[in-house]
Amino acid sequence: MNPIPVPRDIPLPMPAPEPILVAVLVIFFLMHIVFVNFMVGGALLTLYYQLRGLKERRYDHLAYEIASTITANKSLAVVLGVGPLLAINTLYTVYFYTANALTGAFWISIVPLVITAFVLTYIHKYLWHQMERAKAFHIALAGIICLLFLFIPLIFLTNINLMLFPDKWASVQGFFSALMLPNVFSRYAHFILACPAMTGLFMVWLFRRKDEAEIDGTGFGRAELMRKGYQWALWPTMAQFIVGPIAMLTLPKTEVALHSVWAVFGVAILVSLGMAHLMFAETRRDAAEIGRSFVPICALMLVVVSLMGVGRHLYREAAVTPHRELIRAKTQDYMGKAEEAKREADAAAAARRKK
Amino acid sequence: MDFPVFHLDGMGNRWLIALIAILHVLINHGLAVGMMPLVAAMEWYGEKKKDPRWDNLAFQILFVCFLITTTVGALTGVGIWLSVSLVNPYSIGSLIRVFFWAWFTEWLVFITEVCLILAYTLTWKKWSERGGIWKKRHIRLGFALAFFSWVTMAIIVAILGFMMDPGNWLTDHSFWTGVLNPLYLPQLAFRTPLAAAMAGIIAMFLILFFTAKRDAFRNAALRAVGAWTLAFAPFVVVAGWWYYTSVPAAMQGNLGVALATMEFEDWQTKFLQIALFTAVTILVVVQFAISRPHLLPKAALLVPFVAILWMTGHFERVREFIRKPYVIGQYMYANGLRVDDYALLQRDGILKYATYSNPLTGAEKVGLPENLTEAQRSNLLHRIQKGKDVFMDTCSRCHTGQGVNSISGILQKMFGDQEWSTDLTAGTFEFMHYTRPFMPPFPGTKDELVLLGEYLAQLQRSKAVIPGAQSVGITVNPVSAARLAETKRQIKGDAQ
Repeated sequence: MNPIPVPRDIPLPMPAPEPILVAVLVIFFLMHIVFVNFMVGGALLTLYYQLRGLKERRYDHLAYEIASTITANKSLAVVLGVGPLLAINTLYTVYFYTANALTGAFWISIVPLVITAFVLTYIHKYLWHQMERAKAFHIALAGIICLLFLFIPLIFLTNINLMLFPDKWASVQGFFSALMLPNVFSRYAHFILACPAMTGLFMVWLFRRKDEAEIDGTGFGRAELMRKGYQWALWPTMAQFIVGPIAMLTLPKTEVALHSVWAVFGVAILVSLGMAHLMFAETRRDAAEIGRSFVPICALMLVVVSLMGVGRHLYREAAVTPHRELIRAKTQDYMGKAEEAKREADAAAAARRKK
Repeated sequence: MDFPVFHLDGMGNRWLIALIAILHVLINHGLAVGMMPLVAAMEWYGEKKKDPRWDNLAFQILFVCFLITTTVGALTGVGIWLSVSLVNPYSIGSLIRVFFWAWFTEWLVFITEVCLILAYTLTWKKWSERGGIWKKRHIRLGFALAFFSWVTMAIIVAILGFMMDPGNWLTDHSFWTGVLNPLYLPQLAFRTPLAAAMAGIIAMFLILFFTAKRDAFRNAALRAVGAWTLAFAPFVVVAGWWYYTSVPAAMQGNLGVALATMEFEDWQTKFLQIALFTAVTILVVVQFAISRPHLLPKAALLVPFVAILWMTGHFERVREFIRKPYVIGQYMYANGLRVDDYALLQRDGILKYATYSNPLTGAEKVGLPENLTEAQRSNLLHRIQKGKDVFMDTCSRCHTGQGVNSISGILQKMFGDQEWSTDLTAGTFEFMHYTRPFMPPFPGTKDELVLLGEYLAQLQRSKAVIPGAQSVGITVNPVSAARLAETKRQIKGDAQ
């Protein structure tokens, strides 16, 4: 077995009390990830409806409606990601930077990959009507955008996962070996399923508020569109009842007991059951009734997402706390030695000057 | 160093940051900070004159900016962080601890900026059609966007200024003394009109695409934007002079060495020449655009544009001059080690406190001297391994093995094809910071200098590319493992 590395931390105090930094990290990360869900889910749904649009024209209109939302959502996804990045840099400096360095080539490739994905998304959206004659190319473009949007989160996830396990650092040689660490793919599946689910709810919100003329332009009825949104929200959520527990049970064991993590995720599952029930009821409602439970569903989703964020943070803390104690001790020890050596050297220099 | 060492042996680590940062500054200054007030002004002017052509042109220019700033602009901004945290995690980690709230505030302003540019661009058609109060609101939105774009720059410049000259922060360690460092205002004053002039030139370039050659409106638009550009030019010169004269005072704190001063004087002379050249090209081309707009070829506008880029690039380089050999003035050297670490490391050695080792690859072991017994070979490889760790921990942030600013190239220049013996190399490195004052002193012991020398001798034989932790991973130093066990016992003991 490889020895566990214990590096030193940066010897400067935290810029704020830890709970504030944790709040910044957890709250803004959730806001970020919701918009990432809209962005990735939006791209996937656009592709799906564009393909269906080949046979039935009105699906193409629907695809366009969804595609039109991606560009704003993606800008918010990026900008909301900066705050949590700042907080994770501060709170988990050693862990985060180490994971970054070990997967460095892929980590930095996030920049060109996201730029490419965004530029293609603009081309796909703004040249939609000009590309009517080159439909195959236009759909291929949507396919490439989806692949990029599916791959980029994997880089983030691999990094965030690697950072939690110092005992694995010495065995990792680049991105692909970090990708193979336990829990990466189950967490990834959990994230990917959340994308169409969140986008489904977003669709309901979108088509609830559009005016009649805009709804008519799609070739669907309002209730039909909202029902589609609910179906997108419901079925991936149902699948989460299998994938979620798998992601939870494959979490590597930690030195600290995980009771609070299990409790939080357990409550999240119960709340999700209630939410899924309401979603199911909505899909069965007729035009006059549909949308009645939208606000409660969103409220429950907010609770579920918040519990996920809290559970995630509790697990992260459980995974790194014992190791962080070691780092703290080592940093203190090092700083003591550095100060002592400096005093010694200064005294020696002063003595030389006297001579 | 206490992070696994990310390393790019071809382009060099600094170029990774430089490429991303240059692109970002270019987009930020030219297309956001300088352009947003210009676009809002155009929209306002079109509304005032009831001339939809202005409105149309303003929207087209905005749309180009929108596409570029929300893709390349936004991502290179994040990219600066990602790249710096790979290349020099110690410096960015330290800066974040000091400037967390500055960055946090900048982030809030940035969110506002992104929301405003989305709103400004996406509501343009709708609100314009509604007219009246809605159009006025839209114009106000444009000026608000311009203001917030400028504020993000104003905050970041404080952090850049801090890196050059931490001023009183070293004794005071407070956030505000860092922000209010002596280079802050001159730098901000220089960048602001520079951004506006840059935007003017880019807008003139775009006008040639968005208007027809014989269109009278092209002339009017070129004239107006030309006047905008010329209006900011004197401020570039005045603020440039202010900045230029503030630099030496800031530099004195770091270096007083003749050689560095000479290099700085070269930089200054060149800066003056480039600034003069830029000013003249702007004047000539803009004058031409105003007086003979229909004869103006698109390529002509590239000349002042490239000149501004050149000037900006050269201007940005001053930070290196003032900063070196530090990455955070007088606090942390460019190798990521704190000034206060030096006494300890020079006494006990850097390897004693290094958590990681950077495993030698097969290619790096090629060309070992022949006729060695197995024991001698293994001993030599062990020493070369240690030498490589010294190199990675103390040299690799600035130097590659075979690529840009490579140690091989430098040694080749110094010693040619003769064998790079440890006498030659270790002897040189011990005193190099006197002859090359922009370099930090060697932080380790004399033995480690010799180990470094042995590694470089092997590098001369192997000519191998040095991989980073991102491809070959790391190994954990056994010293560190032993100490870990001891620390664990201590923590347990404390707990009991």
